[in-house]
Amino acid sequence: MELNATTVPLLFFVFVLAMFLGVELIKKVPSQLHTPLMSGSNAISGITIVGALVASGHEGGTAVATLLAIVAVVFATINVVGGYLVTDRMLEMFKSKAKDGGKR
Amino acid sequence: MNPELIRGLLYIVASIFFIFGLKMLSSQATARRGNLVSAVGMLIAVVTTVTAMEDIRWFWVVFGVGLGCVVGVLAARLVKMTAMPEMVGLFNGFGGLASLLVGWSEYHGQWATSGTLSLFTTIAIFLTVLIGAVTFSGSMVAYGKLSTLITGRPVLYKRQNLVNAFVLGALAGLGVLFCVQKLDQLSSAGHALVYVELIAIIVLALILGVLSTIPIGGADMPVVICLLNSYSGLAACAAGFVIGNNVLIVSGSLVGASGIILTRIMCKAMNRSLANVLFSGFGSATSAKAAGYQGKANPIAASDAYFILEAARNVVFVPGYGMAAAQAQHAVRELGELLRSNGAEVRYCIHPVAGRMPGHMNVLLAEANVPYEMLVEPQDVNPTMETVDVAIVIGANDVVNPAAKEDQASPLWGMPIIEVDRARTCIVLKRSLNPGFAGVDNPLFFKPNTRMLFGDAKASVAALVSEFKQ
Repeated sequence: MELNATTVPLLFFVFVLAMFLGVELIKKVPSQLHTPLMSGSNAISGITIVGALVASGHEGGTAVATLLAIVAVVFATINVVGGYLVTDRMLEMFKSKAKDGGKR
Repeated sequence: MNPELIRGLLYIVASIFFIFGLKMLSSQATARRGNLVSAVGMLIAVVTTVTAMEDIRWFWVVFGVGLGCVVGVLAARLVKMTAMPEMVGLFNGFGGLASLLVGWSEYHGQWATSGTLSLFTTIAIFLTVLIGAVTFSGSMVAYGKLSTLITGRPVLYKRQNLVNAFVLGALAGLGVLFCVQKLDQLSSAGHALVYVELIAIIVLALILGVLSTIPIGGADMPVVICLLNSYSGLAACAAGFVIGNNVLIVSGSLVGASGIILTRIMCKAMNRSLANVLFSGFGSATSAKAAGYQGKANPIAASDAYFILEAARNVVFVPGYGMAAAQAQHAVRELGELLRSNGAEVRYCIHPVAGRMPGHMNVLLAEANVPYEMLVEPQDVNPTMETVDVAIVIGANDVVNPAAKEDQASPLWGMPIIEVDRARTCIVLKRSLNPGFAGVDNPLFFKPNTRMLFGDAKASVAALVSEFKQ
C-alpha cells in the first residue's frame, strides 16, 4: 500500500479499532486458559512473517536487504509453526480429559 | 478481477480468522479449534503475500520457510511440558527479532538506493526496530531466567535508574535524528551517518531489553512474559505500518491488546502496579531483610501425614513452582485419586501467578491428566476454607503467605492469597524453611495448624502415595 495522507489515517483507524477489539475479545478468559491463550497469540504475532516475505521480494532489492529479510523469514516461521504446535499440544492435553476423564 | 483487490479481500478473510481464533481460544470447549482457525488464517495470509511479491527469490523463500518449519516443529515436539514457559519466551523473542530484521531490511533497501522516505515511514521503522529489539533481548533474558541459565533473582546494581535513563535518553535523541532525516537530500557523509544512527538504535534497544528484564525476579516472570508477548504483537504492528499492510496491523494489535489484558490480570492477582513489578527489584536481598518471623515450625513425617489425610473428607491441593521444579505433577495426581477413592472431595486451587507463566500449573496438571473440573480458583475456595480438612501446599509459598493479610510491612501486603492458614490442617511440602522466590519470610510455617513435610516435593508425595497403598 502506498503511504500517503489518505492511507496513513486509514491504517491508524484500523490499528485503533483492532486494539479495542483485542481488549474486548480477551476480557473474559478463564485463568485455566491463560497459557494457551498466550502461546496462541504469540503464534499470531509471527504474522511479521508477511512483512519478512514482502521485504525479501522487492524488485531490485539489494543482497543485504534480502539476506536480512530471509533471516527474518526463518525466525518468524519458527515463531509461527512452533507457536501453533505448542499451543495445540497443550490444548490436546486439556481436552482429552473432558472426554475420557476417568480412564486413567 | 483486479489481483490487488482479491489480495486485499483475502487479507480481510485472514484477519477474520485471527479474530475468531482468538475468540474461540478464550473458551475451554472451543480453544483447540480456535487455535486451528487462527493457524488457517496465518496460512491464508502467507500464501496471499507470496502471490503478491514483486520478485520472489524462490530458493531463499523456500529455504527460509523450510528451515523455520523444521526448527519450529522439532522445538514444539521435543519440549517438555515443564519447560513450556521458557519455550514460549523463546518463540516470542524470535517474533521480535523477525520484526526487527524486517524494519532493518526495509530501511536498508531504501538507504542503499537513496530512495525517499517519508517522516511517517522513518517513525514506523524506528518503532519496529526499537520494539522488536527490546522484545528479542528481553525475551532472551526471560528465557535464561526461566531455564535457570542465569540467576532467577533480581539483578540490581548501583545507579540502575541512572543507566536506564541514559539509555532511554540516548534512544530518544537518536530516534529524533533518525526520524527527521531526508534520505534523498543527504551528502555522502550524512548518508553514512544515518545508517550508523540506525545501528546505534538497534544496539541500544537490545541493551534496553536486557536492562529492563534483569531486575525482575523469577516470581514476577508471569507478568514479564505477558508484557513481552504484548510487545511482540506491537512490533509486528509497527512493521505493518512500515510496509503498509493491514493484516499485520490488525493481528499485531490483537496480540498487543491481549498481552496487555493478561499483564493487567497478573498484576491484579498480585495487587501490584505494573510499574512496581518492573522497577522495584521485588525479592532482591534488601527487601527480604524487612520481614523475619520467629516461631517454631512443626515438622511431620509422611507416615503421620498419612493419618491426617486418611481421615480427611475435604482436601485442597495448592501447587506452586516447586511442583514444576520437582516434576511432581504425576505423583500429585496419583495422590489426589487415592484421596478421592478414599471418599474425600479433592480440589486443586491454582493462584493466577503460581509458577513462572500465566496458567503454568494448569498446564502441568493437565499433562498429568487431572480433570479440568477439579481445578479451581482462589475465590472458589477461600470463602469456605474453614470446611477444608487438609490443604496440601506443594512448592507454593508467596501465594499462600498470610503476611499478605496480616503484616502491613510485608512486601506482599494486599496481595490476594489462597488462605490455607484458615484450613483445619495445612500440610506444607517444602525442602527447607528458606523463604520463597520473592525472598519474603512466610509466617504460615509457624502457625499451630501447619505441619511441615520436609523433603523434595516429588519424593514426599510419592511417600504419601505408598503409605496409602499399604
